[in-house]
Amino acid sequence: MSLHHFLVLGAILFTTGVFGIFLNRRNVIIILMSIELILLSVNINFVAFSHYNNDVNGQIFTFFVLAVAAAEAAIGLAILVAFFRNRATIDVERIDTLKG
Amino acid sequence: MMVVDVIFYAFAAVTALAAIGVVSSRNQVHSVLLLILTFFSTAALFVLLEAEFLAALLVMVYMGAVAVLFLFVVMMLDMELNELKEQAINHLPLGLAVGGVILLEFVVVLSHSHALPAAASSIPNTLAIGRSLYTQHLYPFELASLILLVALVGAVVLTLRERKSGAKRQNISQQIARSRSEAVELVHRKPGEGA
Repeated sequence: MSLHHFLVLGAILFTTGVFGIFLNRRNVIIILMSIELILLSVNINFVAFSHYNNDVNGQIFTFFVLAVAAAEAAIGLAILVAFFRNRATIDVERIDTLKG
Repeated sequence: MMVVDVIFYAFAAVTALAAIGVVSSRNQVHSVLLLILTFFSTAALFVLLEAEFLAALLVMVYMGAVAVLFLFVVMMLDMELNELKEQAINHLPLGLAVGGVILLEFVVVLSHSHALPAAASSIPNTLAIGRSLYTQHLYPFELASLILLVALVGAVVLTLRERKSGAKRQNISQQIARSRSEAVELVHRKPGEGA
């Protein structure tokens, strides 16, 4: 178990998240979950580096990433609920009112 | 192979497979549950990295709050999933291409880096985080709480819905603001006259 193992796992999770965004391009909920996966992979990298460098600052940064991710999820889902109430769809390709 | 390695590979495999399940599952509720599994196995990996505080935080904040929030929203909005899923196949080549490029970049970067030896820390993890958070990073910490407050108020404002004007509802501030003079009236009547 070395630093490389964790970095490879982070890379796999990050790629899965990006892949998920492209695969489910029309479903906002899955896109939000994919963003959570990407943030999680970043957190794994931070904690792994923090452990192997013996520097606690990486874990502090993970703490802030968690706080911002929680806020992002709450606001994103609130926007989603408000949008669904008005338009009865969450298809990304139909969210084009501002397109002009 | 040490026991720690076996534990690492087991939880890493669960994490990766659950993450792939999150993005490829046909049922959104399954996606959310697999997301919870991903968070849980990542928390186990954090314990392996001696980051117990963050592991506990991940279990409480993510599995307890964020994932349940996702679950509520998924179950509250009833969408025609089949229509959305049928279109998803069309995006598969593009997703595979972009994902492949990013994974290739990671492989190139990782194969040129060198490994660090694990360093043993002398003080408990939570103590170290607390010391750093409440001294060196005090202002960012306060700012994080402000961000959470903004998210809290913003989520309420976004989802609060005004009822139709005809509906009867309780107005608490009006009830509390009532004074005695507008609530009761003292009327003097002579005996035998009646009200």
